[in-house]
Amino acid sequence: MKNILKTSVALVSILIGFTSCNNSGKSNGGSGALASNVAEKVYVPPGEYDSHYAFMSGGYSGNLTVYGLPSGRMFKEIPVFSQFPTNGYGYTEETTPMLETSYGFVPWDDSHHPDISQTDGVLDGRWIFINGNNTPRIARISLTNFETEEIIEVPNSAGNHSSSYITENTEYVVAGTRFSVPVPQRDMPIKDYKGNFKGALTFISVDPEEGHMDIKFQILMPGFNYDLSHPGRGKSHGWFFFTTYNTEEANSLLEVNASQNDKDFIAAINWKKIEEYVNNGGGTMMPANYAHNLYDEDTHMATSTMKKEVRVVNPSEVPGAIYLLPTPKSPHGVDVDPSGEYIVGNGKLSANLTVHSFTKMIDAIENKEFDGDAYGIPIIKFEDVLAGSVEQAGLGPLHTEFDGKGNGYTTFFISSEVVKWKLGTWEVLDRKPTYYSVGHLTIPGGNSREPFGKYMFAMNKITKDRYLPVGPEMEHSAQLYDISGDKMELLLDFPTHGEPHYAAAIPAEIIMNNVKKIYRLDENEHPRKATNESETKVVREGKNVHIYMTTIRSHFSPDNIEGVKVGDKVFFHVTNLEQDFDVPHGFAVIGANTAELLVMPGQTRTLTWEPKQVGVWPFYCTDFCSALHQEMQGYVRVSPADSNLDLSWSLGE
Amino acid sequence: MKTAGIIMIIGSLLLLGLFKFPLWNIMLGAPQYPDPLGMDIYITGIQGVDEFDLQNIDGLNHYIGMKTIPKPEEMWEFSVFPKVILGMAILGVIIGILGFFKKLNYKFFLGWFLLMTVLGVLGMYDFNNWLTDYGSNLDPNAIIKVTNPDGSPMSYKPPLIGYQKLLNFDVDSWPHIGGYLLFVGMILTLIAFWLGRRASLKKTTQ
Repeated sequence: MKNILKTSVALVSILIGFTSCNNSGKSNGGSGALASNVAEKVYVPPGEYDSHYAFMSGGYSGNLTVYGLPSGRMFKEIPVFSQFPTNGYGYTEETTPMLETSYGFVPWDDSHHPDISQTDGVLDGRWIFINGNNTPRIARISLTNFETEEIIEVPNSAGNHSSSYITENTEYVVAGTRFSVPVPQRDMPIKDYKGNFKGALTFISVDPEEGHMDIKFQILMPGFNYDLSHPGRGKSHGWFFFTTYNTEEANSLLEVNASQNDKDFIAAINWKKIEEYVNNGGGTMMPANYAHNLYDEDTHMATSTMKKEVRVVNPSEVPGAIYLLPTPKSPHGVDVDPSGEYIVGNGKLSANLTVHSFTKMIDAIENKEFDGDAYGIPIIKFEDVLAGSVEQAGLGPLHTEFDGKGNGYTTFFISSEVVKWKLGTWEVLDRKPTYYSVGHLTIPGGNSREPFGKYMFAMNKITKDRYLPVGPEMEHSAQLYDISGDKMELLLDFPTHGEPHYAAAIPAEIIMNNVKKIYRLDENEHPRKATNESETKVVREGKNVHIYMTTIRSHFSPDNIEGVKVGDKVFFHVTNLEQDFDVPHGFAVIGANTAELLVMPGQTRTLTWEPKQVGVWPFYCTDFCSALHQEMQGYVRVSPADSNLDLSWSLGE
Repeated sequence: MKTAGIIMIIGSLLLLGLFKFPLWNIMLGAPQYPDPLGMDIYITGIQGVDEFDLQNIDGLNHYIGMKTIPKPEEMWEFSVFPKVILGMAILGVIIGILGFFKKLNYKFFLGWFLLMTVLGVLGMYDFNNWLTDYGSNLDPNAIIKVTNPDGSPMSYKPPLIGYQKLLNFDVDSWPHIGGYLLFVGMILTLIAFWLGRRASLKKTTQ
């Protein structure tokens, strides 16, 4: 018994010894000290600003969200392709034309790849472009007011995925089709896909002053799937690179049938050559039907115009402008390094990264080192264009960005990690896990000649247990890494809104001082504005009743309206008279079959209301504007359809 | 006496700065206004520091029933003050020139200074009266009525000079460039007097 006791005491002492040893080990070397160091790197004290803006695509939200780095705080959701009841975008008379297409009003899309405008290959922070994937469209968003200013539909395209990347002087924003389709669309058997479908690559010119977009030409490529693209830059400026998959041209069970070829292609397009051809009258004007929607900041209104033709170019018309670079295993992203020399093909079914050399490509073209052709487009010999490959870097490479210090950072979806590797030697330098299954990654300016290589963030497709559980459906997650040192350091994990695919990020100082605080009332050219309370009125035009209304803290003018009848269509044209920063007013009326209005200072917005019942119906301000916000309300009297009551309106009587 | 005359001229001319720069400035900061709203008070009228500041101050003041900030034509001061300042500047320059050519006694310099001081005090008195009226002559139907502990209505009079807390607002009222130029100019005329006196005394002792 004594012995047992002794042994137990001894055992316990040993155990205590172990645990205390363990404890001291933790507190000395440990995660505690490290964690607080990391916290300092992402902590932005109250009232201070983040150093970078990050613009994340919304994916299936159809929008664009604005975040701060390094804090990971979300500042704004900019509605682009989707109706946004929060502020009435896509519901108001002024903004519904933005969502017009050749298919009619399309209130949703799937937004993917934002890209910030550039001058001389460097981010200039004037506009950001983003693609709508489902109903092919490209949008331009102003970075002075953070609103969508323009949307152009892309005809002959389907699955607008290899978009919306820009050339280094924002000459073009480029949109490629993921799904090849009959061009022009027609009734035909699906099984006749091969050889008959076309993949349109669309070059949309951007006006250097106003940013207005216009389709300059479409190249009708063979019916592959054009997955992603990137512009050449520096020495390769004038070229554009597109990845392809399904070069098998399968039309069913692509999962298997489009994965048979050992190599697919990166299509290299000499757009300068095609531009010259088109400028000399080349190409064919083809009948088409696509919407061009433009928002005017002065009238605060969008207009939608249908365009009726588009210029198309067949590759065979411009020999020497297009080549195919064999690239293993259904490449997803194609990324061009800051110098413009290296073209990285991320073969998503491969363990290796294939890197092509622009110089070698030009040499091979000059020496005509071709390995046959596809539909007349020369295929360059793989060995003659290959610069090197990053061997066994990970599983399922998708996208690569660059830090401007000679390193590439590639995401691996299947092995769920970011791998840092060296350009030129192709050696792997570091790898860090992501949580989980990363898609794109972004380095501020990573798609330009001059990246700002301090931060990198990974946008993941799977979230699972990263945050408190919220049911089966949840937001996605992103991880922020410090890449200023030799090794990547994970700093922060933060949820993102919608499904961010790509994101574009930029140092804050490039845009923050150009951002508007208010719209000037004296520049408001809305046709139904009221720029002071004496201009407010109610006008009947048949069944349409137009109410010219103003808001200022804390009342509507007018706030009592009579003479409206059942069967009328009432338009509340609300002008916010405030000229003070961050004093919006909202407007909502009972039973409106639409969303609210959120009206910024100096702006006019219109809500449409079709009263169905006799009565006296209230409206009110929906934005807590002031201490007397609750008093900011009014009534509309709705009389029977056969009433003889004249229109009248008043305030304070 | 020549130096004194020149200094007298310079001092008087500095008054003209009031035509270019504000005499006074009042800034109104609040939690909701991290960038404060501000009024620049010129001798010819009141202007906002930023373009829409006056409009926004008036917008806020309507809650407590304050009158709107007066336009130049609504206050006689804004037509009289420029004439007085211009007159005094011309008078000072004439006195300085005459002093320079020794056509006139240095005591005129002091005379000018005293006249300017009296006018300045009158101006400040008038300005303070306006501030009092502006801050306490409130609309009886004001939305928000705040009373002092003794039950009397609270005054929103900004301080004539210095800092004061008015409800949620931090109010700073200080001279601006034009005001400082006026003070420097007046001190220069006093220096001119002192130099003139010293020159004169030297003469008599010799």
